[in-house]
Amino acid sequence: MHELPITENILKVVLKHAGEDGAQRVVRVHLRVGGLNDVVGEWLQRYFDYLSRGTAAEGAALVIERTPVTFRCEGCGASFPVKVREVEGIVCPGCGGGKATLLSGREFFIKHIEVT
Amino acid sequence: MADIRLVEIKEKIFADNDRLADEIRGRLKQKGVFMLNLMASPGGGKTSLIVQTLRGLKGDFRAAVIEGDIDSMVDAEAVSREGVPAVQIRTGGACHLDAVMVDRALQETDPEGLDVVFIENIGNLVCPAEFDTGATRNVMILSVPEGDDKPLKYPLMFTVSDALVVNKIDYLQLTDFDMKALRERVLRLNPGIRIFEVSCKTGEGIPGWIEWLKGEIQAYKA
Repeated sequence: MHELPITENILKVVLKHAGEDGAQRVVRVHLRVGGLNDVVGEWLQRYFDYLSRGTAAEGAALVIERTPVTFRCEGCGASFPVKVREVEGIVCPGCGGGKATLLSGREFFIKHIEVT
Repeated sequence: MADIRLVEIKEKIFADNDRLADEIRGRLKQKGVFMLNLMASPGGGKTSLIVQTLRGLKGDFRAAVIEGDIDSMVDAEAVSREGVPAVQIRTGGACHLDAVMVDRALQETDPEGLDVVFIENIGNLVCPAEFDTGATRNVMILSVPEGDDKPLKYPLMFTVSDALVVNKIDYLQLTDFDMKALRERVLRLNPGIRIFEVSCKTGEGIPGWIEWLKGEIQAYKA
């Protein structure tokens, strides 16, 4: 349900860059998706397969790099990953402090594509 | 077989939406219009809070409401009964509002004569968090019957919100809702978030919420 507008956007950006490059075919699309985004890779691929039919990106495989949710400790400045859906609270592994700001986890990014 | 080569993109998937959202924010700032994006689960109390807020702002600020639903006009009708203009967006299936939809709705509200626009987003704790609407502030509602574990299950929504209104506190005695645990969980995810405990039904806590909102609007327009 939610994957469809995302996939439309991915396809639009991919075709734009492939067109500018003069590529014939897109072979792979490399994405970076932060851990705070709820996206199911299999659905993305299925929607992509459907939407890309007849375009230069038809048959392209989506390669998804899931990146961790990381916080920066407000006490000592250390950065550390957190499994936000599993833990009760955020504790800095360096100094034990409980106050931290979100550093990464919200990104949703097309890194590059492989074309011929 | 032809050689495979790499084409760098490095583009955010929501780049188009984010660009339009920033444009909307700029336009509204020029006109001195404060826009608030209100998000919550279905039945959490979005329309109720908007109705209470409109009554609290009456006389001080001129408001309009953009209502988002998959279908139906019931929310826009509730707002109209308060004497406030409402634009109803019926998405027909989309689970969230985005900058494009809000932009179109804004054109129907005539922002020139307004101080504040409320967006009542689609009832959903997942998707609306991902889409920037161009709002000045994001506010979410969590109602007591939904449970205090929601920050663990929907972290993004709590992270993108500037304020959290905990509604239906009149239900506290009937549930195991642990307000202290909720506050701890939320503040760990988002230390800067403001938390209000209210009951739209009894009116408890509403004046504090209205006071904060008035302060935010005044500071924005200064």
